[in-house]
Amino acid sequence: MALYRDDGVVLRTYRLGEADRIVVFYTRSHGKVRAVAKGVRRTKSKFGARLEPASIVHLQLYEGRNLDIVTQAESVGPLPQLRTDLDRFGRASVLLEVIDQIGTEGEPDPMLFKLLTGALTELDRAGNPMVVPAFVARVLVLEGVQPLLEACVHCGTEVDLVAIDLSEGGVLCREHRRGEPISNGARAVFEHLFEGRVRQVLEATSEPVASEVEQMASRMIEQHIERRLKSSTVLHQHLAT
Amino acid sequence: MSAYAKPVEILIDELGRLPGIGPKSAQRIAFHLLKVDRVDAQRLADAITVMKDTVSFCDRCFNIAEGANCEICIDPKRDDSVICVVEEPKDIAAIEKTGAFRGRYHVLQGAINMLEGIGPEQLKIKELALRIAAEDISEVILCTNPNIEGETTAAFIATKILAPFQINVTRLASGLPVGGDLEYADELTLGRALEGRQAVR
Repeated sequence: MALYRDDGVVLRTYRLGEADRIVVFYTRSHGKVRAVAKGVRRTKSKFGARLEPASIVHLQLYEGRNLDIVTQAESVGPLPQLRTDLDRFGRASVLLEVIDQIGTEGEPDPMLFKLLTGALTELDRAGNPMVVPAFVARVLVLEGVQPLLEACVHCGTEVDLVAIDLSEGGVLCREHRRGEPISNGARAVFEHLFEGRVRQVLEATSEPVASEVEQMASRMIEQHIERRLKSSTVLHQHLAT
Repeated sequence: MSAYAKPVEILIDELGRLPGIGPKSAQRIAFHLLKVDRVDAQRLADAITVMKDTVSFCDRCFNIAEGANCEICIDPKRDDSVICVVEEPKDIAAIEKTGAFRGRYHVLQGAINMLEGIGPEQLKIKELALRIAAEDISEVILCTNPNIEGETTAAFIATKILAPFQINVTRLASGLPVGGDLEYADELTLGRALEGRQAVR
């Protein structure tokens, strides 16, 4: 199998040499793929704008020894709003960075692929800030590591839950509180998200709960991947100004 | 234990840190320098130290400059009312080569790239706003790269930074490269070329 086709999302790109780029894709059937796009930085490149972060493309790749080579790329759904709105693109960057961290080469996960393309399309369409928490919640459920929200992880009580300690894996009551505070509103939003009631959250969450949820979602996924997300740090710095 | 004399080893190590130069190339350059005349090697060494001693960033536009201000900022013949905003000093060289622009520049020193942890605060965007408030400027041309980082940067500057000022904000046109082939144009570029079509005179 020298040539193969697949659908993919561009996660990130690195400059390579004079005019090439290494493009990291998350593909439907091959998991994470690192491939070289030759001449993509030249103004006359046949790839043009198709191989930029967050693009969803139909690809033809040539299997190489170490890195594959992109031979053709066709846009599947262009996402024009992401390019002109820093808030939307910032949020899209968080999604891409998360997938870059949890995706593995040669281990396809069609569910994760569908989740990513769905989230990017929704961000492009409406720019809803709750897309990122919804995405993170789904990823945590798929990975089987969502925090417990219904009862105190220490004593099991279901009333007066005021804090969340992500290293403990869930919420805590007033008596055993540790970690950081969590409002009832934010806890309810996460309960909806973990149980798959995404539409409701996208439609009905407003400030100040929305920012609390968004920031906490970043910390949840950071806890899982055990490192800081660069894009989320910059995004929240930017949103705060 | 190293195969070469210590000074050669150090030089290879230093050369190997340069962009695009691997260990083999570093070795080749080091041995070349070992062979050339002392004067030639000295000229290279001087070029590096003189550059580091005298060149820094312009206080006004953040282009590279010999002294406090760059040559473009000092030049009295240039148009003070137009600023061209670029990502890197090397973009200035590209625009200057066209000979089509006679205004001044502002170098952002990068573009917003959240995946790399670069947000608006890390760039010279605040300084741009200060310049526009202080100088008599009628037009800002956003000449960031037409890739996603450059476009989001331009959109951010246009909507969040320049909107309060009563000035013209323009963006470089994008369209088809001269000598290209229509069937290979991507949808986005072709779409923009259609949007920006011009009457045939």
